[in-house]
Amino acid sequence: MAATAILLALAAVPPLCAALAQPYYLTLFARVMILGLAAMGLNLVLGFGGLVSFGHAMYIGVGAYAVGILDAHGVTGGLFHLAAALAAGAALACFVGTVCLLTRGIAFIMITLAFAQMVFFLAVGLKEYGGDDGLSISARSAFGPLHLDDPTILYYAIFAVLLLTLLAGHRLVHSRFGMVLRGAKLNERRMAALGFPVRRYQLTAYVISALVCVLSGFLLANLTRFVSPAYMQWQVSGELIVMAVLGGTATVLGPLVGAAILLLIEEALAAFAMGLPVGVEEFVRDHRLGALGLLIVLAAVGMRRGVYGALAPSAH
Amino acid sequence: MSVIVLLTQLLNGVQLGVLLFLLSAGLTLVFGIMNFINLSHGSLYMLGAYFGAAAYTATGSFLLAVVAATGGSLLLGLIVERVALARLYAREHLDQVLATFGLILIFNEVARVTWGPSSVYIDVPGTLVGAVDLLGLSYPRYRLFIIGVGVAVAVALYLLIHRTRLGMLIRAGASVPTMVGALGVNLARLNALVFALGAALAGLAGLLAAPLMSVQPGMGEPILIVALVVIVTGGIGSIRGAFYGALIVGIVDTVGRAFLPELLRLMLSPSLARAAGPALASMLIYLVMAGVLALRPQGLFPVKHG
Repeated sequence: MAATAILLALAAVPPLCAALAQPYYLTLFARVMILGLAAMGLNLVLGFGGLVSFGHAMYIGVGAYAVGILDAHGVTGGLFHLAAALAAGAALACFVGTVCLLTRGIAFIMITLAFAQMVFFLAVGLKEYGGDDGLSISARSAFGPLHLDDPTILYYAIFAVLLLTLLAGHRLVHSRFGMVLRGAKLNERRMAALGFPVRRYQLTAYVISALVCVLSGFLLANLTRFVSPAYMQWQVSGELIVMAVLGGTATVLGPLVGAAILLLIEEALAAFAMGLPVGVEEFVRDHRLGALGLLIVLAAVGMRRGVYGALAPSAH
Repeated sequence: MSVIVLLTQLLNGVQLGVLLFLLSAGLTLVFGIMNFINLSHGSLYMLGAYFGAAAYTATGSFLLAVVAATGGSLLLGLIVERVALARLYAREHLDQVLATFGLILIFNEVARVTWGPSSVYIDVPGTLVGAVDLLGLSYPRYRLFIIGVGVAVAVALYLLIHRTRLGMLIRAGASVPTMVGALGVNLARLNALVFALGAALAGLAGLLAAPLMSVQPGMGEPILIVALVVIVTGGIGSIRGAFYGALIVGIVDTVGRAFLPELLRLMLSPSLARAAGPALASMLIYLVMAGVLALRPQGLFPVKHG
């Protein structure tokens, strides 16, 4: 029920924005969906696999840079962009995942962070592709008759990817594969004793979750027509975790809800106006990150299942 | 590439390592004893720098600045630990990452509100200006002072942990905290004490770094990431690991940045070396850490159990 309502609301955003003549909100909700997609991808290992990856922002970067770099060389074909992004992401995720899964617990958190930092500095070092300043993209990925330059078409393309990922995610989590993954989260040793090659399952989950983030980066580059190392700053990895936990890690859709909450609250605080004395409103607008931080701390201390997790039945 | 340059860079590496050690010592104890990930440790470093800078500007005494920086972050650490973080010790790492990530945002805004968004600079204290002659090597007096302070703190911590009753409890707590609690030790108080000690050291590190870098909101985050690299490389929970890990990371980072681009120029084409050198130098410590974790997941100098 709640899931249908959320998806219908997202589908209704473009006509509403057109009716209200507010194109800005179209971009805002496109961002919500893109980051929600990344958070959903992360949640496959984080929520269902019990592996806290603190470096998934690097896969957003891989997807975005695939578009940026190919565009800089004059390749505009969308399928080329997509294939390059996914191939690079899969290769990186296979390697990084294999190394990281040698560790568990805090060490896993830290080693994923370390790899993300390496890729971040690699992007900073790519001077011919803008280095620190990033790179503008001259044209969006071309998909034949599908013109992503039309904001509404771009929005619905992102929506379609989101919908497909949701369906696939739902089926994956409830499949035998998902059961093994969730079983390993609860008791890895027992799953191994039952004869499951646990690490291979976890690596597969890691690669799938990375590819969803690559997809999200691909869409982000097409939305903003810009890539920069800032897309894979460690804070972005942190925000993805915040989104997943805020929405509820035990559900497939939760991270999307978390992304919506986080981005919309930040947006609301940036435009904060409630008839309070002038100084107070300006103070809140200028220092909204502090208010957001307070909210995150309260959520972490007081909430166990996330906003959507409290609404929807748990997947377990 | 002369010997003098190499020695200078080595000393710079040691100086960075010592700063990292001050930051990592508290972090690794909190990790080891409470099994708690404190991403906001860097904020205590930042606020220590602000407290110290404010006291130094107001009084002109570096000694008072040290008192303000350590005392201020100690108090702040105690409050934060009691109010928010102590509730999270028993929770998943995920909740801990989340809460302390939120604290970073809060503290950065607190700093911005209190001291403004622009950087604050403080001078090197008068008696420590200039350079000293080390057997023909001229080296800044203040950086040498940092090395001295760091080594003194390391020795003091060693004595505290290996020669006192409190240290015995800390070591026992790092191995089997439930047993320590069962033997009648007030774990909540021990945890608060360890957290506050770590916070004070972070504040001291912030102040010591202040004359070398600018004091600004968000200054704690880059160095926190490096401190995390240190404790994971050295072995979580181990002060010895934090010390050697900090020196390794400090020296690898400094020397790598200084010489790696030149070294690459010998092997690669100049343009490629110019592009790859700085990027590879920034990645070096993470490479070291990933290598250590992959081969020795418990770190180079893990806590000895039993």
